Amino acid sequence: MSGRHGIPKSRWLPAYVAIYLAFLYLPILLLPIFSFNNAATTTFPLAGFTTKWYASLWHNTALLEAARNSMIVGVSVAILSTVLGICAARAITRYRFRGQRAATGLIMAPLFLPEIIFAVSLLMIILQLGVELSLVTVILGQVIFCLPYAMSVLISGFGGFDRSLEEASLDLGETPIGTFRRVTLPVVAPALVSSLLVSFTVSLDEFILAFFLSGTEPTLPVYIWGQLRFAAKLPGVLALGSVMILISILLLTLSEIIRRRAEHRLRAQGALHA
Amino acid sequence: MPDTPMITIEAVNKFYGIYKALDDVSLDIAAGEFFSLLGPSGCGKTTLLRSIAGFDTPSTGDIRIDGQSVIGTPPNRRPTNMVFQSYAIFPHLDVEENVAYGLKRLKLDAAEERRRVEAALEQVRLGHLGKRRAHELSGGQRQRVALARALVMRPKVLLLDEPLSALDKKLREEMQVELRSLQKAVGITFILVTHDQYEALALSDRIAVMFGGRIAQVATPKEIYQRPTTRQIADFLGGMNFMKARITGETATRLSVETPRFGDVTLDKPLGFNARNGTATIGIRPERLRVLWDDARADFELAGRVVDRHYFGEITHLIVDVPGMEQPLSVSETNNFGADDIPVGDAVRLAYDPDALVALSD
Repeated sequence: MSGRHGIPKSRWLPAYVAIYLAFLYLPILLLPIFSFNNAATTTFPLAGFTTKWYASLWHNTALLEAARNSMIVGVSVAILSTVLGICAARAITRYRFRGQRAATGLIMAPLFLPEIIFAVSLLMIILQLGVELSLVTVILGQVIFCLPYAMSVLISGFGGFDRSLEEASLDLGETPIGTFRRVTLPVVAPALVSSLLVSFTVSLDEFILAFFLSGTEPTLPVYIWGQLRFAAKLPGVLALGSVMILISILLLTLSEIIRRRAEHRLRAQGALHA
Repeated sequence: MPDTPMITIEAVNKFYGIYKALDDVSLDIAAGEFFSLLGPSGCGKTTLLRSIAGFDTPSTGDIRIDGQSVIGTPPNRRPTNMVFQSYAIFPHLDVEENVAYGLKRLKLDAAEERRRVEAALEQVRLGHLGKRRAHELSGGQRQRVALARALVMRPKVLLLDEPLSALDKKLREEMQVELRSLQKAVGITFILVTHDQYEALALSDRIAVMFGGRIAQVATPKEIYQRPTTRQIADFLGGMNFMKARITGETATRLSVETPRFGDVTLDKPLGFNARNGTATIGIRPERLRVLWDDARADFELAGRVVDRHYFGEITHLIVDVPGMEQPLSVSETNNFGADDIPVGDAVRLAYDPDALVALSD
């Protein structure tokens, strides 16, 4: 028996896939299940359905404060990473220059560096400089961390951009500024939105840098970490975690949909060029 | 040619570092002319076109459009419009919005703008596809959108950068006919860049052949094809039989030569001709040689033997070895008399017209 490409099919493959998926997603699935459980402990059997843990989130000022911090950091990081990413991605997709590969590699490196080492180094420098830890320091740290994500999305978005679109616009009498507004921006807009969403999501879930650099202003993951010491707070954390997972999945799905549609459009446009 | 040319290129040079993309190019193009820049890739034809459009700036020299120097004028303020090789259809706009793109700057009233967009789309027979996006169009349709988008601006000069190279052969031939009649209809000066000699021959009023940044010859298609001035041009425009001939006499404009098997002939001397060791290169196109059947006679004949035969459907190429000639001759015969049935090895007699011989610079 062989598959479409001559790879022998194995009876074990479905089992492997099942175990793989269970390992990956079952724990995350437990989170929402227990968040609706009418008991303070996370044990089976379930004690009954309740939404009181979710309701309690709304009355927890410390949590709301952390959520506000996360929003501030997330939005700032998303905008900064995307702006910096636009500059770098445009340079890399448009021009050929010395050290291009090195520059790309250095920008992408934070993806592969041990984050905790990175966080400790940043903390040391910031303390040496005498800068007080705050949301600003979290933002700075996370921008470096989110830039590779923003870059990957933007490079794929700009890579399909045909230079002659801008030339065609100039040729038809439009000014350079008008060309940017009427052609460049609309064509790359999906990549920008996608980059903003991805950066925001990465920032929202990021813990290590936030933990080291946030001082007295915790973001949501740091807040959750703090709550884990108290058994009684666990169901509330589960509810909060479920909400965050939902938001992350929604944002990432949205960004992927936008990215794919844009890619499809650009590819169709550039098909003849190839 | 009218008194003021539509385009004047004067002593234009373009350097990229030490690389010379354009080498002392001078050219006049008349109003309403369909003019082609023909040459292999890297010959500078696209650089010249982009210099007229304003996307490249000559290092030295002047470009005038309708008497006005355009050096320093950005592309958006030049009376030219371009059809790009990739067509560059704006992917976020539909066909009508693409065509209306440039008109928006002119701030026409809505009805007038609408009328001009519709007229332009009718002109390229796309009236029914106004609401389509670029990715919903075929290659030929995109090309028409690009044409309409440029023509709707009523430019003084329309620039076309290899507009047909992305289309398949059949569609390309259809578009050639259409492009030619469109140019006749609108009466605008067209400048076409192409590496396809048949395209240039079929479309143009005049052709400039370019090699290595220089213009090699400017002439009508017929003259370029039948009277190329150099061996390189002759070669680029299709097959040609070359032979060395001894020069027996030379005036300012004429050249008398003694050819190996084509007798003593006197030919027009090509511009910039230099004799090498008293010899000249003489050429004759394969289709100017004709097989003589049975007892047929001609004023000018030569005899040889078929050593090879290539079948191309409507024509056959016979490779004929003629005693006394260095190279066998290539003969192009239409297949209606049975040239495709001449066995290899057979003796044949060939007829030619001495007027078909040309002297070439090397």
